[in-house]
Amino acid sequence: MFDLYTRRRFVNFLTLSISVFTMAFGLFWLVWILWTLLENGLPNLGAHIFTQTTPPPGSSGGLANAIFGSVMMTVVGVMIGTPIGILAGTYLAEFGQRGWLAPITRFINDVLLSAPSIVIGMFVYEIYVSKVQHFAGWGGAFALAIIVIPVVIRTTENMLRLVPNSLREAAAALGAPQWKVITFVTLRGARAGILTGILLAVARVSGETAPLLFTALNNQFWSTNMNQPMANLPVVIFQFAMSPYNDWQSLAWAGALLITLSVLTLNIVARVMFRQKSNTQ
Amino acid sequence: MSAEQIISAPKLIVRDLNFYYGADRALKDINLVIPEKMVTAFIGPSGCGKSTLLRTFNRMYQLYPKQRATGEILLDGENLLDKRQDLNHLRSKIGMVFQKPTPFPMSIHDNIAFGVKLYENLSKHDMEERVEWALKKAALWNEVKDKLKQSGTGLSGGQQQRLCIARAIAVKPQVLLLDEPTSALDPISTAHIEKLIDELKQDFTIVIVTHNMQQAARVSDFTAYMYLGDLIEFGDTSTVFTNPKRKETEDYITGRFG
Amino acid sequence: MPTLLREASLKRQAVLDLLFRNLTRVAAFTVLALLAAIIGSLIVGSMPAIHAFGFGFITSSEWNPVTDKYGAFIPIVGTLVTSGIALIIAIPVSFGIAIFLTELSPKWLRRPLGIAVELLAGIPSIIYGMWGLFIFAPLFADHVEPWINDHIGTMPFIGPFFSGPPMGIGILTAGIILAIMVIPFIASVMRDVFDVVPTMLKESAYGLGATTWEVMWNVVLPYTKIGVVGGIMLGLGRALGETMAVTFVIGNAHELSKSLLMPGNSISSALANEFTEAVGELYTSSLIELGLILFFITFVVLSLARYMLYRLAKGEGRSA
Repeated sequence: MFDLYTRRRFVNFLTLSISVFTMAFGLFWLVWILWTLLENGLPNLGAHIFTQTTPPPGSSGGLANAIFGSVMMTVVGVMIGTPIGILAGTYLAEFGQRGWLAPITRFINDVLLSAPSIVIGMFVYEIYVSKVQHFAGWGGAFALAIIVIPVVIRTTENMLRLVPNSLREAAAALGAPQWKVITFVTLRGARAGILTGILLAVARVSGETAPLLFTALNNQFWSTNMNQPMANLPVVIFQFAMSPYNDWQSLAWAGALLITLSVLTLNIVARVMFRQKSNTQ
Repeated sequence: MSAEQIISAPKLIVRDLNFYYGADRALKDINLVIPEKMVTAFIGPSGCGKSTLLRTFNRMYQLYPKQRATGEILLDGENLLDKRQDLNHLRSKIGMVFQKPTPFPMSIHDNIAFGVKLYENLSKHDMEERVEWALKKAALWNEVKDKLKQSGTGLSGGQQQRLCIARAIAVKPQVLLLDEPTSALDPISTAHIEKLIDELKQDFTIVIVTHNMQQAARVSDFTAYMYLGDLIEFGDTSTVFTNPKRKETEDYITGRFG
Repeated sequence: MPTLLREASLKRQAVLDLLFRNLTRVAAFTVLALLAAIIGSLIVGSMPAIHAFGFGFITSSEWNPVTDKYGAFIPIVGTLVTSGIALIIAIPVSFGIAIFLTELSPKWLRRPLGIAVELLAGIPSIIYGMWGLFIFAPLFADHVEPWINDHIGTMPFIGPFFSGPPMGIGILTAGIILAIMVIPFIASVMRDVFDVVPTMLKESAYGLGATTWEVMWNVVLPYTKIGVVGGIMLGLGRALGETMAVTFVIGNAHELSKSLLMPGNSISSALANEFTEAVGELYTSSLIELGLILFFITFVVLSLARYMLYRLAKGEGRSA
């Protein structure tokens, strides 16, 4: 029979071992997924990915139009969403101490932040695509913007809050009007953090498929027309991966690797940049 | 005349104790005797090592990888610092109360039962008796006897600290370490606790770290004055305060320094 | 006259101030407007289906584009069950990871491991889907599912839940992949709240002689319970709305079966698979109503999570 003491020691050993195991468990999946991507994607990665457009089934090609479309829509989406996000985040941090608008906005922002992106896609479909009666790159960009806004709001507000009040007070004491204090001093002080937030937002939307499914859909050919369906990496991967064609599946893996590398790089760059800036401050 | 000669019943004997934070030597060749069932105070300016010394007694430093101690600390002849010494057993014999009250997020009864459950398998009735005994000893029983099921965090600061004391003595340790126990409390609660310490020393050996010299003078039987990791002087409290042997001690006591 | 000039410029600054403040206010309103528009458009789009099926929509398991009869029961069950499986796996694993990161890991390892956990959270959903379908599902079908079928599928009571042909895809697979996606979220929140537990509190428990596990389970976890629950609900919110990963491996079958090994459907996968091809107003409207239901569920879960975290912030102020 185990006495109390031995039993306690045993339970401690057991649970802590399980803890180590769970850590290894988590890492295991990460490594396995990354390894799979490299194993299947790397052989298919080549110059042709960037130079040729998506092929019809059974022939070879590349992902150029999809890459271009993704970049276009991401850039436009970020350009639409970022200013709104920064302005709203500024409101929450600088003007939101009294009144009802700030707490409610914050709450709703959190809801939007974690809302299913497929519902966002459906929303844009309803108010834009069905009205203009065709899928379009603009729709995709707009859907991505809706996803970007909450991310930027959250990081902007958090970063602005980190700026010490003494900085604001120093500027105000010099006689600067509030809008100058905010734009020239506070926002500038939070610049690195806000930039990090934008990078993270870009990383987030780079991998989003669902919102593009119902808005930009896909385009087999090269197109720079945002008013037409626009090719993009995630939807192409979706279509190609689920197909029975080997060529298409190889391209899907290459595309998957591309997306993952971009997303992970953006994440790491954002973190490193933020760490650096906050160290020198 | 060495301390070991003054004291007839040493509870803890510290020999050649050195303590390191990484490469920094924070305690230098400490030799000290803690008398049984008396109150010993460690005083000294900030950074002198008094808390560090206190925390070697229950090897609390072992939670932190860069901290280590060399030398011997004998409790009834057994060396506490010996690697083979079992930490859990050690901590059942040496209890600790901290600067800020730290009630666990559970009911008052469970707070006290927590430590006891680690070592003894008591029946519900016996446990309730033990809880009552500990709370009475900590002079808290009358104030909480009707609300044992309520959360420990709902008490006032002074009550919370007495709860922590009750929790520490419930496991019936031999030594009680108090690390600036009243620094976060108002003067009235402080007075309560000082009175409590005076009663507790009948049952426990008490070592108290305090940055408040007057408190040391009020409460302790023996006092150790430390400075920058060195033990400057040790002796009975009245001598240290009225007729210190070392000039450094006198400078500190009279406020010329520190 | 310098005074007049100064007054004029001050006035202009005041106007600019007002303009700027209102500009930011408009931006904040945009967020509200966005939510209202989303909810509004979902409701408007669901109207035909609501009229046609009423509340029965939620309980009906019919889904027939030919006869134009639709019911949300199967996708709702699929969403809830896969998320449930995900949480059952993810919560203990995340707890273990959080314990490791806060108590067991050597200091130099903490940053890299923390970053690794966050990378796991950053991998896009579609990657999980591809990996799940092409790599995980076949292995699962070949090596694990037969075992489950033979050993758990034959047990009384829970047997029927675990028996079925080893196809690799299905509700269980979707739940497992969701778990892997959700673990980094929950683990990060747990790690963050564990980190701010006051050292003195933990030392008090250690000082009584408690083991590391006893400190975590009896002191740290109760102390952080509100934050932990909030984090779990955030993870749940993510699992409920997850689309691409689930779509790849859930099997897209409008069938309700007891067994977790069988394919099924979730709201988001049904939408992903069928929305662009839906013809007919009722078909489309039913899908939109599905989206509305999903949004509602996640809204409730997220509101609860925010409320919990808000209470945590208030409580911390009190007990500090």
